[in-house]
Amino acid sequence: MSGQSSGCGFLMSVVVHGDSVLNEQEKELNQRLRRLYPAVNENETPLPRSWSPKDKFSYIGLSQNNLRVHYKGMTPRHTQAASRVLLLHRYMGIGLSAQGVNMNRLPGWDKHSYGYHGDDGHSFCSSGTGQPYGPTFTTGDVIGCCVNLINNTCFYTKNGHSLGNDLRQQSQYPNLYPTVGLQTPGEVVDANFGQHPFVFDIEDYMREWRTKIQAQIDRFPIGEREGEWQSMIQKMVASYLVHHSYCATAEAFAKSTDQAVHEELASIKNRQKIQKLVLSGRMGEAIETTQQLYPNLLERNPDLLFMLKVRQFIEMVNGTDSEVRCLGGRSPKSQDSYPGSPRPFSSPSHKASSSQPYLPGFDSNCCNGVTSNKSHSSSPHSHKPCPPGSGSTLPASDISLNGSRSQQPISSSDVDMEVDHFTNGVTESSSNGFLNGSSKHATEPDDCDADMEVESAQSKRQLCGGSQAAIERMIHFGRELQSMSEHLRRECGKNSANKKMLKDAFSLLAYSDPWNSPVGYQLDAIQREPVCSTLNSAILETHNLPKQPPLAQAVGQAAQCLAIMARTGSGSCAFASVDDYLH
Amino acid sequence: GICNGETVSVIIVLMQEVTATSRHYVDRLFDPDPQKVLQGVIDMKNAVIGNNKQKANLIVLGAVPRLLYLLQQSSSSLELRTECSVVLGSLAMGTENNIKSLVDCHIIPALLQGLLCPDLIFIEACLRCLRTVFISPVTPVQLLYTDSTVIPHLMSLLSRSQRTQEYITQIFSHCCKVFTPEHQTVLFNHGAIQNIAPLLISPSYKVRMQALKCFSVLAYENTQVSMTLVNVLVDGELLSQVFVRMMQRDQPIEMQLTAAKCLTYMCRAGAIRTDDSCVVLKTLPCLVRMCSKEHLLEERVEGAETLAYLMEPDVELQRIASTTDHLVAMLADYFKYPSSVSAITDIKRLDHDLKHAHELRQAAFKLYASLGSNDEDIRKKITETENMMDRIVSGLSESSIKVRLAAVRCLHSLSRSVQQLRTSFHDHAVWKPLMKLLQNAPDEVLVMASSTLCNLLLEFSPSKEPILESGVIELLCSLTQSDSPALRVNGIWALMNMAFQADQKVKGEIVRCLGTEQLFRLLSDPDTNVLMKTLGLLRNLLSTRPHIDQIMSSHGKQIMQAVTLILEAEHSIEVKEQTLCILANIADGNTAKELIMTNDDMLQKIKYYMGHSNVKLQLAATFCISNLIWNEEDGSQERQDKLREMGFVDILHKLTQASDPNLSDRAKTAMQQYLA
Repeated sequence: MSGQSSGCGFLMSVVVHGDSVLNEQEKELNQRLRRLYPAVNENETPLPRSWSPKDKFSYIGLSQNNLRVHYKGMTPRHTQAASRVLLLHRYMGIGLSAQGVNMNRLPGWDKHSYGYHGDDGHSFCSSGTGQPYGPTFTTGDVIGCCVNLINNTCFYTKNGHSLGNDLRQQSQYPNLYPTVGLQTPGEVVDANFGQHPFVFDIEDYMREWRTKIQAQIDRFPIGEREGEWQSMIQKMVASYLVHHSYCATAEAFAKSTDQAVHEELASIKNRQKIQKLVLSGRMGEAIETTQQLYPNLLERNPDLLFMLKVRQFIEMVNGTDSEVRCLGGRSPKSQDSYPGSPRPFSSPSHKASSSQPYLPGFDSNCCNGVTSNKSHSSSPHSHKPCPPGSGSTLPASDISLNGSRSQQPISSSDVDMEVDHFTNGVTESSSNGFLNGSSKHATEPDDCDADMEVESAQSKRQLCGGSQAAIERMIHFGRELQSMSEHLRRECGKNSANKKMLKDAFSLLAYSDPWNSPVGYQLDAIQREPVCSTLNSAILETHNLPKQPPLAQAVGQAAQCLAIMARTGSGSCAFASVDDYLH
Repeated sequence: GICNGETVSVIIVLMQEVTATSRHYVDRLFDPDPQKVLQGVIDMKNAVIGNNKQKANLIVLGAVPRLLYLLQQSSSSLELRTECSVVLGSLAMGTENNIKSLVDCHIIPALLQGLLCPDLIFIEACLRCLRTVFISPVTPVQLLYTDSTVIPHLMSLLSRSQRTQEYITQIFSHCCKVFTPEHQTVLFNHGAIQNIAPLLISPSYKVRMQALKCFSVLAYENTQVSMTLVNVLVDGELLSQVFVRMMQRDQPIEMQLTAAKCLTYMCRAGAIRTDDSCVVLKTLPCLVRMCSKEHLLEERVEGAETLAYLMEPDVELQRIASTTDHLVAMLADYFKYPSSVSAITDIKRLDHDLKHAHELRQAAFKLYASLGSNDEDIRKKITETENMMDRIVSGLSESSIKVRLAAVRCLHSLSRSVQQLRTSFHDHAVWKPLMKLLQNAPDEVLVMASSTLCNLLLEFSPSKEPILESGVIELLCSLTQSDSPALRVNGIWALMNMAFQADQKVKGEIVRCLGTEQLFRLLSDPDTNVLMKTLGLLRNLLSTRPHIDQIMSSHGKQIMQAVTLILEAEHSIEVKEQTLCILANIADGNTAKELIMTNDDMLQKIKYYMGHSNVKLQLAATFCISNLIWNEEDGSQERQDKLREMGFVDILHKLTQASDPNLSDRAKTAMQQYLA
């Protein structure tokens, strides 16, 4: 039952002979654990919630949901209940131990085992000889143990008071488990792994460390390179604006910061035009325009074309695609209006700290790209951003596997730097630039501007906008799509992602109200975003431009670094969240 | 050195130029055109910022009275008046001499007068300047209180703006000094608490901080203020909870520390119990944290001093603190300044360390003293800290009086331990520096040192012998003549301890050195403690038969007189009991007992106390009679007969029935003398 601890360490307190109220709501426990271990992914490293019934000596009995430990032996012996919990005066000890240590001994006496003993108040560090550490403890005392993975220290608490760092216990904490040991017949110990509030004010302790870590980030020295620093941030902002085709803003920004734009204005405008079409659901027009402006692009990328077509099919069902719209005689309004701009970083797709592989890893090229800002010309990789939401609708998995996962490990100093760079970049200028971009964009009189009217009343949503002709057209289009899929398979071999994509899209027709069906999420306007982004990246790649803006890459990279830190037990990541720096 | 003539002349020319420009600034203040005067003041403002030389020049050239004149003239434009107070504020930012000059020119009443103007900008400028003047140590704070309308007016200005709040609370906290509870009372009576409490939740950090500081000076040793504070609500929350929030570990250290001070003072003033969780679980741990190495030296000093004060009266807090965060070991670090590293690498750091070294040491001694004042285990832990006794010994002879005082306090606290007296105190010969300290020290130090000496003279202390040989008796006798009751008590107390089971020679020396006259003067001392210890001394002197007879033969008359006087006067039971015990000792002498037997008045008194309602007095008086009638001594038959005639047997008989077992036993033993 016991889990490995990571994040900010682990906490446990022991009440000797206390009355424990069991039946604590699981919910409260989970909430408290989430607060106390912000960076722990319990799927990978579950946190201890009770004593392990397996890792204990036979003289130790467990009760009260495995939270109460009692000594069953008749004669005093040194016995360890372990999952680990340990001993009392009259001989009791509390401490930490690795998996597999001798359960017949008090914590601290053996290798990879550390303990604080109640009879003499000494601390034991893998040795039978203790050193004076704190006061003795006995019946009625509440003893706590806290491991801090930021500075690799451990301290115990007695009745809510910190007894100070145990200087002898400095080692590899991540693989240790809380442990108690008892040896007096009739002795009882109740444990609290977070079922109740801790007597020691651990929240206050965490506040101090959060402040320290954040101050460290805020004060991260950028040294002599201040001039470079500013220009790098400006370049990042400019490239972001260009990438997302905020022509006017990009132009104004480049002008005022004295930079060159690495793409022709006309080209940016073209991409902008296509993006707007995709984001407003007018896929047919988008495909057509792409073929016009970038003649060979889709021919060379059959998978991409297929994806666009599937999306077009979905938009037809939605009634938004241009082909069905004309047939339906409806005004060209999108069913679900879409603001037409990429989402800020806080969109779900950037929550990379979860177990889902978000960024296709990152290799040294990417890193270079961010720090030295040479990526415009030097990133020929086929990395693609991962789609938001579940990866099931789009061929996300194979795209993300494209990246060089094996090159993942990055030294921690690099990580720090990236995090900090990014921080400044965003807070100082990019959010500004971003907002600017979208507002300008909205008011700009542009002939290619898609219709962005908002139809708030989503009253009657009908298949293909309700027109019979449109439905026929949609069915016909579906058949074409089916044969295209078969053709693709013959030419390029099986592609499970494509297959699934098509299957999901066709599933929409199985429901009378596709919007409220289990596959209805596909109709959500937000699903246009990854399509748009993939297409945009493909176009940029043909121009030898990065498929992803350095800014977004830096954000993803920072998030990924934090996830790696959490996995390797670098505690400070618990108090550094990328989201905190995105406003 | 030899100076190049040309260089000298250049310097002179430069100086003349500076003075000339300064003069030009002053001259412009006298221009008949008010617009030009205004421009002159503005130019002056820009010229003095950050320029101490320029400030001094302008003051010497008489700019201040003119600026004050312009500031006070109602004919001056508001803009001009405001600029004047800004320039004056800037001048005040300079050296202490600048402040003195400004105060001498009566800047304070002028600015206080300015506060009556309705214009907020002008008020803020005046307050800012007043603030700068009042926070200087050279400004007499009394100037704030001379006009009784000032405080209420300042209270009313608190609502005007965040700036007025910041400046006014800052003025208050600097004008409310320790040892002047009347200042606290004035502010309290004018509603300081109600007016300032809401500022604790101001959006401005500066305002919150100054308001907090204000409360810390108001609450210090002030029960009235503290008792009021605990009941104050700020936005529905108790003030103590607001302070607790300010102690959260993510708050700035300055704020945590000041909030902890507020709660400490409220606790010491009796407004918060020492077992309240906001003291035990919040204030105490916060103050312990302040002592850690990661904080500034100033913060560590303040943290340690405040903690010492907080737990001084409470053994439970002392026990908790002694196990929190290795405090006892952490304090040892306070003695390591200036550190050897700083000496080589960084002159600035060395200077900083040197400046704070004394403060750190005295703070650590104070905290050790407080920690060890009750608990034997804690004392042991302290004396076992690295080089602790050596540090105390060298602290006793440091040049800084603060350190000496704190060191002797620490020694005093540890001297309450029998075990330490027997071991570490003797091993380190602490009596030597202590005796040296007693030769020439201010009263404050003398009180502590002599009190420690009392403990070192206890019978079981191995230091007693060497101290006796060092000629301490004379010193102690001189202490009994001090004006300070505390010193008189300590002097006579030490003599009392010294006389306990002492040999004839020592006793004789004490009597000779003290002189009977002084002894009897002490028996009529207005301080009961002095009287009690003097009686104790007499009792110790009058023990063992040969000593009793010897002393009574030379001083019998005076002693009997003194005993009579005390028994006849209004005194506490304890005093009378002690006196009757002396009488019982006298009754134990061979020749001395005749002094009682021949004194019918005294026998009547003894009879009276045997029938007293207080058992202790009855017991002591019975003891006395018992000694007088003791069989095996010469003339016991006559004494028994005389006392029987006087009716003592009847009384003894009655007392054998007493409910108190001690008393009835004693009476029975006495009755047996008659039966034998």
